[in-house]
Amino acid sequence: MVLIKEQIKKIDKSIVEEVVEDELLERFKSCYQCGTCTGGCPSGRRAAIRTRDVIRQALVGLDDDLLSSDLLWLCSTCYTCYERCPRDVPTTDIIIKLRNIASHRGLMKGPHLAVSKMLIETGHGVPINDEKWSNLRKSLKLTPLPPTVHSFPEAVKEVQTIIKELKFDELIAYGEEVKKKLAEEEKKRAPERIEELEAELKQLKEEAGK
Amino acid sequence: MTESSDITRDYDLYLGCVAPNRYPMIEASTVQVFKKLGINLHDMKGASCCPAPGVFRSFDIPTWRAIASRNITIAEQDRRDIAVMCNGCFGTLLEANHLMNSHPDQRTETNAILEKVGRQFEGTVKVRHIIDILYNDVGPKAISDMVIQPLRGVKAAVHYGCHLLKPSETRPWGKDENPTFFDDIVEASGAESIDYKDKFMCCGAGGGVRAAIKDVSMDFTREKLSNMKDAGVDIIVDCCPFCHLQFDLGQVEVKAMFGEEYRFPVIYISQLLGLAMGISPYDLGLIATKDKPPGTPPFIPTEPFVKKVVEGM
Repeated sequence: MVLIKEQIKKIDKSIVEEVVEDELLERFKSCYQCGTCTGGCPSGRRAAIRTRDVIRQALVGLDDDLLSSDLLWLCSTCYTCYERCPRDVPTTDIIIKLRNIASHRGLMKGPHLAVSKMLIETGHGVPINDEKWSNLRKSLKLTPLPPTVHSFPEAVKEVQTIIKELKFDELIAYGEEVKKKLAEEEKKRAPERIEELEAELKQLKEEAGK
Repeated sequence: MTESSDITRDYDLYLGCVAPNRYPMIEASTVQVFKKLGINLHDMKGASCCPAPGVFRSFDIPTWRAIASRNITIAEQDRRDIAVMCNGCFGTLLEANHLMNSHPDQRTETNAILEKVGRQFEGTVKVRHIIDILYNDVGPKAISDMVIQPLRGVKAAVHYGCHLLKPSETRPWGKDENPTFFDDIVEASGAESIDYKDKFMCCGAGGGVRAAIKDVSMDFTREKLSNMKDAGVDIIVDCCPFCHLQFDLGQVEVKAMFGEEYRFPVIYISQLLGLAMGISPYDLGLIATKDKPPGTPPFIPTEPFVKKVVEGM
């Protein structure tokens, strides 16, 4: 009983508060769990995400389970649920907000951290990082580099200043630290199985490469 | 030259990342087609990643809004509205522009950051997708008047993508689950838009899913390709470089992951219109020149499509 009370106390200050802090998202609490969102979700057709359940979990405050799972990252942000919600709950924006909360706890996906590092370094999430891309541009009578940050070093500096001011670089570094720590813990728990899986993954990648 | 003289004829062209750095045929064909239509697309000097809504908006909304607003201030300095070729970039820039214009608190917060790089968001420009300009300003009739090589007999699977349409409250065409404006532009070329199952479904690339959870992302694409095949289309026409990548490179990936083989040429709307308007298919990136480096797109050759058109089907 004490535990449940503790749990409820924790709920009071959990995700609900963080989400509705944002006035745009205050309609969050008006969800009546009809499941229209889940019904139209193209990701839910093939993967584990159940949008109604994500909203419910966020509402009742089961923070850690939701924030550390893959579920939030299965949303392709297509906004179908957002458009169809009969209660005008901005579902997709809530998922994005939940991702912000997860990210600030260091729970990002590895490939997203890599794209972020590209942005921090170059100003492009997908930069020209091989001569062939410039050559492809030239073959189409375009300048080898586009007139973006790629052609203006001072523009890259501007983007980097904004990133530093908002501590986005620190957020990414924190994400990498957490990721490393979690991987180490996982390895401690089941070293053999990890090695086995890694070998299996390597083999699959080689096959896909063929 | 189009009939109406009261439309905006000068824009800053926002390039984004995938169009200039991976699929430059999208950039090249768009500039040429708009020139033919009497609309000048100017360089937006020093623009960065929009930043991509799937990853950067998901990580940190204030950073996303500040970098997007910085991009918008470039066009404000140029005193030109922004033309966008990508659904994702369109979503980011349109939403950021909307938030900055409608929420004084967010504007104050972001402008304090922009001040550090000598910029201020003023809220003086519009963000427009090129499909919006083509449909609402130029119009399908004026486009078809420019066609000298109608793409008769071409069956096209039109893919709208998500952020062109949604959230609808900030989009120029409002709420509509089955719009036809993009089909009208495609059909102005003489091609036929073929209906297919789940036409308005996502391609699977967005939201960071392609980067992080590849098998799920590719399963979206596989399903769309399968539905297109059932409808008997010849080509896929899109208006977003990221959807374009997902369908073009995606057909190679779907084959590797699921063993299903598809060979649909993936054509960006400007490439389609450019071909119908008589622009050289080499300049549109539809036929590879001898200078095209190996290992670069398109991964599904577009030559068979051009050949079919030229031979009159």
